[in-house]
Amino acid sequence: MQRRLSTWLLLAPAGLWFAVMLVLPLCFVVVFSFGEREAAGGYVPAFTLAQYANLPSRGTAFLNTLTLAPFGTVLALLIAYPLAYFLAMRADPKWRTLLLILVIVPFWTSILIRSYAWIFILGGQGLPAVIAWLGFGSVRLINTPFAVMTGIVYGYLPLMVLPVYVSLERLDKRLLEAAADLGAPPLRSFLQVTLPLSLPGVATGCMLVFILLMGEFLIPAMLGGGKVFFIGNALVDLFLQSRNWAFGAAVAVTLVLIMLVTVSLYMWLMRRMGGVRDDVALM
Amino acid sequence: MRLYALAVYLFLYLPIAVIAVFSFNAGRHASQFTGFSVQWYGKALSNPFVTEALWTSFVVALSSALIASVFGTMAALALQGMKGRVRMVADALIYVAVMVPGIVIGIATLIALVTLFGWINPLLARLAPEGQAPQLAMGYGSLIAAHALFSMSLVIIILRARLAGMDRSLMEASADLYAPPFATFWQVTLPLIFPGILAGFLLSFTFSFDDFIIAFFVAGSETTLPIYVFSSIRRGVTPEINAIGTMVLAVSLILLVAAQLTLRRGIKTGAQ
Repeated sequence: MQRRLSTWLLLAPAGLWFAVMLVLPLCFVVVFSFGEREAAGGYVPAFTLAQYANLPSRGTAFLNTLTLAPFGTVLALLIAYPLAYFLAMRADPKWRTLLLILVIVPFWTSILIRSYAWIFILGGQGLPAVIAWLGFGSVRLINTPFAVMTGIVYGYLPLMVLPVYVSLERLDKRLLEAAADLGAPPLRSFLQVTLPLSLPGVATGCMLVFILLMGEFLIPAMLGGGKVFFIGNALVDLFLQSRNWAFGAAVAVTLVLIMLVTVSLYMWLMRRMGGVRDDVALM
Repeated sequence: MRLYALAVYLFLYLPIAVIAVFSFNAGRHASQFTGFSVQWYGKALSNPFVTEALWTSFVVALSSALIASVFGTMAALALQGMKGRVRMVADALIYVAVMVPGIVIGIATLIALVTLFGWINPLLARLAPEGQAPQLAMGYGSLIAAHALFSMSLVIIILRARLAGMDRSLMEASADLYAPPFATFWQVTLPLIFPGILAGFLLSFTFSFDDFIIAFFVAGSETTLPIYVFSSIRRGVTPEINAIGTMVLAVSLILLVAAQLTLRRGIKTGAQ
């Protein structure tokens, strides 16, 4: 009895925090999404589906996000996989931990400052100046979808490398020896042994990156120059500029629903692959 | 393969290096290096807007990290070895807190707190004598509370992994030797999990210090350093921002390395 009481006392502060700062706010968003907009901006209680019916007016933001986010995810995977493979299979074990830490560290530093660095690099006096100097004419890099994509891949690469690395590292190396002993050339043993066994890590990485990309605001805002509009940019606009809270809430609920569908799809895939979902340690 | 890895590491670190190098640029123009100077650091640190934003960020990061470490550790201890419905709800909440994008958390917190304050403030005004009623508003409180939520999840996740890998026989031995539960906690459990708590604290501090998107919504009239930087960038690229950016990156890098070292050292001593 005493033990149960102490357990509840230990849980109480965190429980209260999660209730007031997470559950309650998310409930508010759902309630607001069925409300109406006050003329001066703000919210009037109501029960209407008008906000959801109005979603197509922000169709471009949804379309941009739903095309650029998967594209960015795939691009990040293509760049991350060989690096994860190198770290798990080829790198000197003495250096492996350090190399891994070097991948993780940027993820924890300010994405704001790191995106700013790309403004600097892709801006008129950066890379384009170098290209012009080399005699390839003038190109415009900043405020283009290309710049946004560069920022996205740059920002989310660590999140993709890690899960792929974990699944490759855990792979039973004796399987590869067996494949070699049976005369499989390296490419074949990669395609038939390594790749299939690393798919759970690939799925985890893709899910993580895709979900976080769905809510991205900073990278398109800073590198897209207001031309490449994501759902996140629409949300900032609706809440902080036009103060249309009810419609903004409907956009936010839709965004979370898309993410829930993604996660469910991922869980279903994992169960079919028979992989165990393991928590990827980000530290 | 090696070359490829090297190229990816360059891709990851070159932008950071560029900012750092140009923060020492003597010239006014951000993109042409004209000589070495630390003048922009001096200019940045004597700008009252910058120092004020830095102070706000520091207070918020320290408070939210402290709250998260204490309450998160308590929750992780309570959840240790727990099964059943409470555990399931707790796991789901932690998962949601980490996975829902910051922008949605920011929006949700904004509308919830503004609405709640709208209900509570008239009540306070009626309770207190004329003109002395405290007014609740977005600011330090909402910033700290919102950052502490994410950080608490972080601390719980880190400690859960640690507690799961811990040798329970030590705590059982302590209980067998008639140590009261508190003594067991103070002399056995706490020293074992302390590296995890410290790492969680450092990560929480880093998260809060660097966070832009949640703060953007819940800061009210306060300005944190990332908010200041964001609004300055809109007015153009300046060497001053390079200097601020380099300092921000340096702070997070130092804290991250410290967190990594405590975690790894902790694992070694824990194994002995």
